[in-house]
Amino acid sequence: MAKGVMIVAEQRDGALRKISLELASTARKLADQSGDEVSAILLGSGIEGLAVELGKYGVDKVFVGDNAALEPYVTEAHAEVVAKIVKENDPSILLLGASVQGKDLSSRVAAKLATGLATDCTDVKIDGGKLVATRPMYAGKCYGEVVVAANPQMASLRPNVFPAAENAKAGAVVKVDVAIDAASIKSKVLEVQKDTSGKVDLTEATVIVSGGRGMKGPEGFAILDELADVLKGTVGASRAAVDAGWKAQKDQVGQTGKVVSPNLYIACGISGAIQHLAGMSSSKCIVAINKDAEAPIFTKADYGVVDDLFKVIPELTAVCKKLVA
Amino acid sequence: MRESPRLCDAQEKEVLTVNIIACVKQVPDTEAQIKVKADGSGIEEGQIKWVMNPYDEYGVEEALKLKEKNGGEVTVVSVGPARAMETIRTALAMGADKGVHICDPVFDGADAFVVANALAAVIKTLPHDIILCGQRAIDDDAGQVGSMLAEALGLPQLTLVTKLEYTGSTVKVIRPIEGAQLSVETVLPCVVTAQKGLNEPRYASLPGIMKAKKKPVDVKDAAALGIATDAKAKVAKTIPPPARPPGKIICGDEPAQKAAELGRLLREEAKAI
Ligand SMILES: Cc1cc2nc3c(=O)[nH]c(=O)nc-3n(C[C@H](O)[C@H](O)[C@H](O)COP(=O)(O)OP(=O)(O)OC[C@H]3O[C@@H](n4cnc5c(N)ncnc54)[C@H](O)[C@@H]3O)c2cc1C
Ligand SMILES: Nc1ncnc2c1ncn2[C@@H]1O[C@H](COP(=O)(O)O)[C@@H](O)[C@H]1O
Repeated sequence: MAKGVMIVAEQRDGALRKISLELASTARKLADQSGDEVSAILLGSGIEGLAVELGKYGVDKVFVGDNAALEPYVTEAHAEVVAKIVKENDPSILLLGASVQGKDLSSRVAAKLATGLATDCTDVKIDGGKLVATRPMYAGKCYGEVVVAANPQMASLRPNVFPAAENAKAGAVVKVDVAIDAASIKSKVLEVQKDTSGKVDLTEATVIVSGGRGMKGPEGFAILDELADVLKGTVGASRAAVDAGWKAQKDQVGQTGKVVSPNLYIACGISGAIQHLAGMSSSKCIVAINKDAEAPIFTKADYGVVDDLFKVIPELTAVCKKLVA
Repeated sequence: MRESPRLCDAQEKEVLTVNIIACVKQVPDTEAQIKVKADGSGIEEGQIKWVMNPYDEYGVEEALKLKEKNGGEVTVVSVGPARAMETIRTALAMGADKGVHICDPVFDGADAFVVANALAAVIKTLPHDIILCGQRAIDDDAGQVGSMLAEALGLPQLTLVTKLEYTGSTVKVIRPIEGAQLSVETVLPCVVTAQKGLNEPRYASLPGIMKAKKKPVDVKDAAALGIATDAKAKVAKTIPPPARPPGKIICGDEPAQKAAELGRLLREEAKAI
């Protein structure tokens, strides 16, 4: 009978991604309710050392697949290995991150295992012995409580939503034999172009300072960069700012951009169109700075400042500099 | 029906015509108000304006560009109720050649797994080199069908793509990931999921709309596909979004005063900095 909670950890360049710790902690919480084991799948090349780290966050057992063919990530290779380990160990719950890689992998694995998947969940719980995964639908205009009628019950977790809490466990390493038929891998990563800005991706940032049309032009964003630097945050943008060419597509927040969940989201000169709210309404604390008191962004904001952003933001940067010093 | 050169001979280089499938879903307009039914069994559909999923517009546009450049045929496939025919017609009006409408009440409440298998059953019978999907449908926000379809067809997948180059025997794409951009290549046939940035979708022209009315659309029911239709993932209950406590408007005469008060609240009350 299917038993236990399994996660698929994510690593890049020999370091665990933050989502992996969030997955481990969440899995631990779920498993503790039934006294079950938490196991993890960790794939890559030369990554065995990372298993200890997963142990610190509540993982009992780590299945390590170490093979040059698993680095860099290619869907076909990872999906095949994950599906094989899952079949052999028969967990009742399988969790992945709703990161770019996790989204790509989770749906492929679900199809391989002929099971169901709840994507981009913001809450998971056990109810009557079954996983109930809560997830935003219709861009967060409503939520669905999803149950999966097959095993494993799969869910992917929205990054930055679930706390990562230390909870030391064995993290015992089980090496798995990864036999990948090279001929079955049709895709090849030709080039990896790293973002050299040194900024965390919006989906992983704890603080986001976003600007919209109210920034007036690309130069306007300089004051947001300064505020973001002080708060160790990342600068985002509305679609209006991206489509005007002031910011890159990767910086767009919203329904046709990124969905983000930082601790703090500061919206500057953004009106709060429904498609923008779609991308940021699961942020923990929302601040809006807009000169129009009627702007819809204020209906979502925890704190609102009605004023000219070009006057408020430099002052706020100065205040924050003192506070974080 | 034209035979795909890819199906005959994967090495055939001189024939560049490309058979493209674009999967399209009809979804509520992004502006639509979504009201949860009192019993939590779903949403009220009465007032909704239906449109093509915005990400599918990128998929259809890319399909048309591929066809215009290389020659070939674009088939749009959609699983949905009778109204989904409008979305198929929209794609035909943009320039797609023909459509397949998988329409059967058994697909109400279908999950991504069932939809992917339904699409696969149809696509298997059509010549296909490149299959385009949206990266996600903005109603269920699942982002699953593309990969599940690729698995059902046993094909490679390239998801969340912002640039696509067809070389005749392969597809090269750009996929942004967190903090990096990947350039990935795969063989045909393959499934690609479209992301904003890929292109600027065209509007249907008036002559396009007129022509679309005469283009063939094949309507199929579930029995014609011979697939299992039981959903693996079910939305047991639909609920309104969690309520946020009402916000505070920061008072003060001067921007500096407001900034100081905001900083204090973020530090002391919200503990966000
Ligand atoms: C299918 C679809 C998908 C979309 N996807 C997205 C998406 O992913 N993300 C997204 O953001 N949008 C998206 N949109 C666009 C969305 O509808 C809005 O057009 C967009 O969000 C508006 O951007 P904005 O708030 O920057 O600009 P505006 O709505 O023009 O707002 C600018 C704001 O700046 C304020 N302002 C101006 N000057 C100042 C100043 N000096 N000080 C203070 N405030 C000032 C104004 O009061 C105003 O409220 C989408 C639309 C569609 C149809
Ligand atoms: N009912 C459907 N009919 C046709 N294509 C669909 C359907 N549902 C999803 N798709 C395709 O799969 C993509 C991702 O959808 P989803 O997994 O539902 O978010 C969409 O953008 C479409 O291209």
